[in-house]
Amino acid sequence: MILQVDNVTKQFGGLTAVKNVTFGLEEGEILGLLGPNGAGKTTLFNCLNGVYAPTMGRIIFRGQDVTGYRPYRVARLGLARTHQIVRPLNELSVRENVVVGACYGREGLGLRAATRVADEVLELVGLHERSHQLASSLNVAQKKRLEMARALASHPYLLLLDEVLAGLNTAEVMGMLATIRKICERGVTIIMIEHIMHAIMNLSHRILVLNYGELIAQGAPAEVAQDPVVIEAYLGNPEMAEKLLEEEEI
Amino acid sequence: MSAWRQPGLWLPLLLVAAAAIWPAFGNNASLRETIFTMLMSVALASSLNILLGYTGYVNFGSIVFFGLGGYLGFYTVSALGWHLLLAVPIGGVAAATLALLLGSAVLRLRGAYFALATIGINEAMKALVINLDFLGGPTGMNLNFSIYQEYGGPAQALWLTYWALAVITLLVIVVSYLVKKSKFGLGLMAIREDEDAAEVMGVVAPRAKTTAYVISAFFPGLIGVLFFFKNGIIEPESAFRLHLSVELLVMVMLGGAGTVLGPVLGAAFYQRLRGLLLTSELFKNTQLVVAGVLLLLIVLFIPAGAVGWLRHRFAPLRRLLE
Ligand SMILES: Nc1ncnc2c1ncn2[C@@H]1O[C@H](COP(=O)(O)OP(=O)(O)OP(=O)(O)O)[C@@H](O)[C@H]1O
Ligand SMILES: [Mg+2]
Repeated sequence: MILQVDNVTKQFGGLTAVKNVTFGLEEGEILGLLGPNGAGKTTLFNCLNGVYAPTMGRIIFRGQDVTGYRPYRVARLGLARTHQIVRPLNELSVRENVVVGACYGREGLGLRAATRVADEVLELVGLHERSHQLASSLNVAQKKRLEMARALASHPYLLLLDEVLAGLNTAEVMGMLATIRKICERGVTIIMIEHIMHAIMNLSHRILVLNYGELIAQGAPAEVAQDPVVIEAYLGNPEMAEKLLEEEEI
Repeated sequence: MSAWRQPGLWLPLLLVAAAAIWPAFGNNASLRETIFTMLMSVALASSLNILLGYTGYVNFGSIVFFGLGGYLGFYTVSALGWHLLLAVPIGGVAAATLALLLGSAVLRLRGAYFALATIGINEAMKALVINLDFLGGPTGMNLNFSIYQEYGGPAQALWLTYWALAVITLLVIVVSYLVKKSKFGLGLMAIREDEDAAEVMGVVAPRAKTTAYVISAFFPGLIGVLFFFKNGIIEPESAFRLHLSVELLVMVMLGGAGTVLGPVLGAAFYQRLRGLLLTSELFKNTQLVVAGVLLLLIVLFIPAGAVGWLRHRFAPLRRLLE
C-alpha cells in the first residue's frame, strides 16, 4: 500500500469540501478521481500534498504519517502533483522550471544531474524544442505539459494529476494519454482527476467518485459507470450524465 | 573553477576593479572619496539584489544592517580599541545574526506587508540605539583622533578602509554570481516566481528565504563598519537613513533586478547622476524626488531594468550579461 487515506475531512469555515474520505492505493495503480464541479477533488489533492492540513483524518504515505506536513516535505518524500490552474515559473526558462522539480524533488539532485533529468523529461512530454523559451511564452496545452514535466522530474513514487487533459484538443489529449501510460509503465503510481470520461475510463484501474465532498462510489470503471448513485450525482449536470451513459454503451 | 571563464562573472568584476584602482594613481584622495561612495553603493545594491532580485522580497529597510554593523564595529574600534579589520567581521556577523533572528518571522509576510515590516525593523533598531547609552544614545559616538596611530596616521587609515571596501565589493559580486548560478539560487528564483508552487516542488522556502536574507544582511554589516570608521562619527540618524534604502532600491531596479551586472551599473549610474545633481543648486534638495520619479519610470516602462531589457532585446547578449 503506497497511500492510505483515513477519514480525511477538510472544512473551509462552514463549508465541508471533503468529508470523511477513506481509501487505499496500491503501488503501480492508476486511480481515477471523478466528481461534478466543486465536489472537492482538488481540495483532496491539496490535503494529500500538504497545501492544506486536513481538518480531521490521517494520511499515510509509504508507511509514514504525513498528515499536516508542509508541501515541500511531502514533495521530498516522493509525492508530486500538477495544478489544475497552471502555475508556471514565468520568468524562468522551460528547462529551468523542470530543473527545479529535479533539484528539489525526491532525489534532491545537484544542478548538473538535474539538468540531465530535465532534458530527458522534456523529451518525454514533447517540450524539448522549447526548453530555452521562457515559461510565460507557452500556450495552455504546453503549460499543462510543463506542469507534468516538473512533477515527473522529481522522480516521484506517487503522481497527482489534476485535469491535465482539460482544454486540450483531441490530438493533444491522445498525446497526453500516451505519456501518462508511459509514466505508469515506469512504475509511478498515479491518481488523476479528469472530466473527460473516455480518457479516465480507459486509463484507470479503479475509480473513486466524489460528490459534495463525500466518496459516493468506488470500483472498476465499468461498475462505477453503471452505479445508479453516480448517475444520479451527475444528473444535476445532464451533459455529464449523458457522457457517462455513452460510456456504458461502448 | 569554470565560473571564472564566464563573462557574466568577470565583466562586473573587471568594471569594479578598474574603478577601484583608479584613485591609486597619483594618490588622489578626492577621487577616492567619489569611488568609495560608488563602490559602497555597488556592494549594498548587489546585496539587496539577492533578496529583492533573486527572491522577490522587497526590502525597504535594508539599511538597518548597514547601521547595525556600523554601530557595533564602531563600538569595537572606539571603545574596545580593536583593529578595524577585526571590527569589520563583527559588524557583518551582527547584521547576519539580526537577519537570522528576524528572518523566520518577518519573511512569512509577503508583498507590501513584508516591505512595511522591514521599514519597521529599521525604525525600531534606530529607536533602540537611541536608548542605548553605551552606543552614545541620540548623539552617537566619535572616533578619538589617536586611534589612527595604529594605522600609521589618518591618511593610511583611509586608504586601508578604501581597499577593504574594494575587496568586499568584489567579494559581493562573486557571491552574487555564485548564488545566481547555484541550485540554491534557482530555488530562490522559483520562490520569486511563485512561492506556493516552489514549495509544492519541494523548495524549502522558509529556509531558503532566511538564508538569502542573512547573506543580503551580512555584507552591508561589513560595509557599515568601514563607512563609519572613515567618517569618524556615527549617530542614529545617519546610520539608519531610510532614504538610503530607497535609493538602493532605485539602483537595483534601474540596472536590473535579478541580474549580477544590473545593480553594479545601476549603482554607478545613480551615483554619477546624484553627483551631478548635487552640484546644481536647483536639484540639491530634490534628490529624493528624482529617485522617486526614477523609480516610477522604471517600474512603468522598464520593469526589468537596463540589463534585463538588454538581455530581453538582444539574445546574443544573454551569454555576456548575467
Ligand atoms: N481555499 C478555499 N477556501 C474556501 N473554499 C474553498 C477553497 N478551496 C476550495 N473551496 C471550495 O471547496 C469546494 C470544493 O472545491 P474543489 O476545488 O476541491 O472542487 P473540484 O472538485 O476540484 O472542482 P472542479 O471540478 O471545478 O475543479 C468548492 O465549493 C470550493 O468553492
Ligand atoms: Mg478541481
